[in-house]
Amino acid sequence: MASYSTNEFRSGMKVMLDGDPCNILENEFVKPGKGQAFNRVKLRNLKTARVLEKTFKSGESLEAADVIDTDMQYLYTDGDFWYFMEPDSFEQHQANEKAVGDALIWLSEQDMCVVTLYNGAPLSVTPPNHVELEIVETDPGLRGDTAQGGSKPAKLVTGAVVKVPLFLDQGEIVRVDTRTGEYQGRVSAK
Amino acid sequence: MTTQWQPGSSLSALRQRSRVFAELRQFFQQRQVMEVDVPLMSSATVTDHNIESIQARGAELAGYLQSSPEYFMKRLLAAGSGDIFSLGKAFRDGESGRRHNPEFTLLEWYRCDWNEHQLMDEVAELITALMPDIAVRRVSYADVFYQQLQVDPHLGELQVLRSLAVANASSSWADETRANCLDLLFSVVVEPKLDAGLVLVYDYPACQSALAERAEDSQGRLVSRRFEAFLNRVELANGYFELTDAVEQAARFAEDQLLRKDGGKPEVAADQRLLAAIEAGIPRCAGVALGVDRLLMQMVAAESLDQVMPFSWSRC
Repeated sequence: MASYSTNEFRSGMKVMLDGDPCNILENEFVKPGKGQAFNRVKLRNLKTARVLEKTFKSGESLEAADVIDTDMQYLYTDGDFWYFMEPDSFEQHQANEKAVGDALIWLSEQDMCVVTLYNGAPLSVTPPNHVELEIVETDPGLRGDTAQGGSKPAKLVTGAVVKVPLFLDQGEIVRVDTRTGEYQGRVSAK
Repeated sequence: MTTQWQPGSSLSALRQRSRVFAELRQFFQQRQVMEVDVPLMSSATVTDHNIESIQARGAELAGYLQSSPEYFMKRLLAAGSGDIFSLGKAFRDGESGRRHNPEFTLLEWYRCDWNEHQLMDEVAELITALMPDIAVRRVSYADVFYQQLQVDPHLGELQVLRSLAVANASSSWADETRANCLDLLFSVVVEPKLDAGLVLVYDYPACQSALAERAEDSQGRLVSRRFEAFLNRVELANGYFELTDAVEQAARFAEDQLLRKDGGKPEVAADQRLLAAIEAGIPRCAGVALGVDRLLMQMVAAESLDQVMPFSWSRC
């Protein structure tokens, strides 16, 4: 496997640190006037999602991690695993609950997701930035109240609960930003 | 190939830069300190194992862009120049980042018959002239280091410093030298906890003397008569009660050369003209170098040097 030197570190680069794959978030060159140069590096451990701050001597290197982000289509779940397919090769990958993580509540079949593979196996799943999902449970819509600013919780078909305006009803489809969990708009009326 | 031609600095920051240059010159003129414009290019350069000079090559000449005006200024001191200052460019290879640029503006000055504490007073006066409301504090390296790390930087065991460095940085510091562990801990742990404003830190560890005299501090510990100025927790200036002993100077150059060899760094010959000047005699004096771009960064509350330089290296 290749390795990267501190002066090549860029955000988004995947490296191995203490046996775990990490994503480099920030890299700052630091050098006291008369001292040795070093690099303060912020990394996210891709297994635990924890953010670490490490300081390396300038010129040191870290092994590249065999981590690639791949666009894949979500197929289905059998309860134990979630199945994804590479659209070009039709190759299928099974991700466990840990890898699917927080993406779980946004996944609907046939959505395109980013699956991060580590040594060929799914390490994490990133849902599409925006999803359109049906409301399956919410208090009845208050028709006369569209001008009022309030909101209410609504449960979506995938299990996510988001805050929606009061006038929305069960069965309606809403657009949600999966990064913030915020309601973006109504997609279609019932 | 990018065609981004715009400067990194706003026009108002450039105007500020121009004003600061004029004020710096005025400050020294009023104090009868003579401006000298020493060469930026020389056949010799520093041996310091932590500073890499940029080589300059033409069809006929081979030399180095200067990493500071220090050597030329010391030769002028030996020639009897008296108090002098230089406001100009300096170059260092491989230094690029938010607070570093391979070409930067350095203000350096020397005061004859002064010690480092008198020069620290003048640094405070200079900064206060430019930033009138700034708080000024003075603290010894040992005190400020102990406050954050509960270890004596001069007498503490190397093993203790190494474990602290590993805990605060990464496992790659397990076998580092005392000087490197101290630098790391100071930068990572102490610097972020310094008071805002101007903080003058004096009596640096003896292992980080560079070209400063060594002496015993009030508690009998060997220290270097070196100080640094931090402005809002950013290293701004580095000053010495200057080493004027030619034999000791030659020994430090030889030590640098060994360190360069151990570190696999390019060989650099000692500057014989500087050694000859020190041998001939330079007056007892204190000198300091101050990063003007970093000063501007603080004055205009910029996030990076790129915002106060017309064109940082990424735009050149």
